[in-house]
Amino acid sequence: MSAEGETANGPLLAVGRLTKLFGTFAACKSIDLDIRPGEIHALLGENGAGKSTLVKMLFGVLAPTSGEILWQGRPVRIASPSAARRLGIGMVFQHFSLFEALTVAENIALSMEPGHSLAKIAAQASALSYAYGLPLDPNAHVADLSVGERQRIEIVRALLQNPKLIILDEPTSVLTPQEADRLFETLAKLKAEGRSVLYISHRLEEVQRICDRATVLRHGVVTGTCDPRQETPASLARMMVGSDVAHVSAEGTNAKGAIKLETRHLSAPARTPFAVSLKDISLKVHAGEVLAIAGVAGNGQGELFDALSGECQAPGDDVIRIADKPVGTRGINARRLMGAGFVPEERHGHAAVSALSLSDNLVLARSQSDRRAFLGGGFLGIIRQDAVKMAAKRIAAAMDVRKSGDNPPAGSLSGGNLQKFIVGRELDRQPTVLVVNQPTWGVDAGAASRIRQALVDLAKSGSAVLVISQDLDEIFEVATEIAVISEGRLSDIYPAGELSREKIGLLMGGMPGKSETAETAHAH
Amino acid sequence: MGIFEAILLTVITAATPVVIAALGELVTERSGVLNLGVEGMMVMGAACAFVATQVTGSPYIGILAGIASGALFSLLFGFLTLSLVANQVATGLAMTILGLGVSGMIGEAYVGQPGIKLPQIVFPLLADIPVLGRLLFQQDLIFYLSIALVVGVQWFLFRSRAGLKLRSVGDSHSSAHALGINVIRTRYLAVMFGGACAGLAGAQLSLVYTPQWVENMTAGRGWIALALVVFASWRPWRLVAGGYLFGAVSISQLHAQAFGIGIPSQFLSALPYLATIAVLILISHNRRTTLINTPAALGKPFVPDR
Repeated sequence: MSAEGETANGPLLAVGRLTKLFGTFAACKSIDLDIRPGEIHALLGENGAGKSTLVKMLFGVLAPTSGEILWQGRPVRIASPSAARRLGIGMVFQHFSLFEALTVAENIALSMEPGHSLAKIAAQASALSYAYGLPLDPNAHVADLSVGERQRIEIVRALLQNPKLIILDEPTSVLTPQEADRLFETLAKLKAEGRSVLYISHRLEEVQRICDRATVLRHGVVTGTCDPRQETPASLARMMVGSDVAHVSAEGTNAKGAIKLETRHLSAPARTPFAVSLKDISLKVHAGEVLAIAGVAGNGQGELFDALSGECQAPGDDVIRIADKPVGTRGINARRLMGAGFVPEERHGHAAVSALSLSDNLVLARSQSDRRAFLGGGFLGIIRQDAVKMAAKRIAAAMDVRKSGDNPPAGSLSGGNLQKFIVGRELDRQPTVLVVNQPTWGVDAGAASRIRQALVDLAKSGSAVLVISQDLDEIFEVATEIAVISEGRLSDIYPAGELSREKIGLLMGGMPGKSETAETAHAH
Repeated sequence: MGIFEAILLTVITAATPVVIAALGELVTERSGVLNLGVEGMMVMGAACAFVATQVTGSPYIGILAGIASGALFSLLFGFLTLSLVANQVATGLAMTILGLGVSGMIGEAYVGQPGIKLPQIVFPLLADIPVLGRLLFQQDLIFYLSIALVVGVQWFLFRSRAGLKLRSVGDSHSSAHALGINVIRTRYLAVMFGGACAGLAGAQLSLVYTPQWVENMTAGRGWIALALVVFASWRPWRLVAGGYLFGAVSISQLHAQAFGIGIPSQFLSALPYLATIAVLILISHNRRTTLINTPAALGKPFVPDR
């Protein structure tokens, strides 16, 4: 496949000893990489391995500290994204660089060279999007589109430049399995046209399925280049992580106890025009159960979490029940006092204040529910710093939080370590009900498996756990029961053993198993 | 000239400076910069325009001086907030205080001097149309400029490529940067356009509205311009409607006070502000269109990660 291209005209892009320093920290250290014409090349690595930094340098967003880039054999300096586009490099970002307030056509026009009318761009984009099986309405506002549709804009925008190399940064992290399949078909088409693709991912199964070669990064260093089809998932994971990843086991968690968390026909209107309304959600979580709620981002997960935690109140007291008591109109502290714990999605600014120390963050979460943190039981509100610091230390030790110093600011911890601390902060109270939104989003594999095991263990000890997640691997690891949320509606709840990935994919598309295509539900 | 015509003329004269200053601020805010120094830039424009007119004898040179002083003054704001990444709100407030002080110093020797009024430009034939001719075609240069600015800004923002870039910078500066748009340069230009407009609005006050210099003569119009931009949900046509409504109510409350209606004068004086805000809240109640038009990056500092 790729050997021909190599002998015929050498690599399309070759990177030699590329280094990027931020201060003294080396995000990329002496990276070598070559991409051949007409191949799909995977860039594998954990979060923080330096993948994004590397591609930002290739696309001219960041300037390398040292090293060289050869484009079709000639040394080039890529000073800006427009320089990259002129060479023939297109990029689809992980966090889309789209403008929500503008229309699809306006978004595309911004990345084109000047001198095209908006109407012409709209027509071109529309034609191209249908040709590649990515239908788009050029006059729609981006704010109204689903995540999958937004990604299509990025891809069409890159394709309009007629690039020789397309870089995709974690493209499937926001897609349903069916949407991902469509993307893979598009990629195969691009490859057949002789274009190269640099495919960034940490999903091994995908990489083995579609990529011809893979370069693996760890801590900013290339740890190997291989043919992913010749490797096993375990050997690839070892190259990524540097050691074997602990396997999470959910066995022995299927003893059903009393109902600890329940919602009865929970509905909530959308709070902003871009939010999702919750529609008639009924669920029950028993003691000893882990209920996982799957779904593509932006289908009401955040809204459901806010309703359960009490950040937004439900229309009636009886709509939400914790430990068989109505709490629908009670605030978050009242629910905490009843033994519930909550871990929201955003670590910085929601679950923790980045500038405050770990112990201060602990006090913030427990200001109402833990009297031991205060002198004389909290009457005067004077904090017992020693006791709080001890508790913070205990939590850090229990969850294996790696930090610099004794009590550093939350913002100085890596994402995975801070998340371990935040989850540990709730677990330390032995909550009878724990609600977690995206527990391991952007967390490295080691920390993720630690957190998942902790959730499973909590359920085993007799608590009810509700996990909202986009990550199907995670869901199958921790869940005893699975439901899917789509456009603010919750599917039926299934025992984890009865659901396949395909079935979940259909439910994600809003089609409860009735049709083979999830696409029509999204394009409404 | 009938009383009706006379009232409408004064309405136009009262609305013009607010509309011009607000249009400038609208462009600035569409690029994602919140400049609360409109009042200060406006009063600088008023002082410099008046002094330049008195010195040279030409109100047209006065207009240029007003525009230039506003733009230069805003350049200072741009340097502090864009290059040095100072807090936009605090810097804007400081610019207002500074502008009021500096303008008082510049104009000190000229307080109370009779000024030179900006001459009218009469369009032959068109000026003979009843009512409309007098209102629209026998006006001064600044009024004609204000009309051109409204049309020009609307066209620029929603029809031109440069305007699209400016809106994209205001919506998400990091995305715009990733596309290779020069965020800082775009914002500098937008801030300076806002300053030039505020300066022109100030020149209107000291050359047309009341052709003289009095310290602090903007009397809060800069703040009304700022409020107009928000309540007009960053759209030029709504802003014009709000500006003229403000002018109309300010003038009619003056007449109401003259007739001696039994309402406290303090309430009547507050009426233009209340009426403008009430109407604009009503027309901006559609939250979806408001959100689509709100520059999402407004007031957020941009530091490229290089």
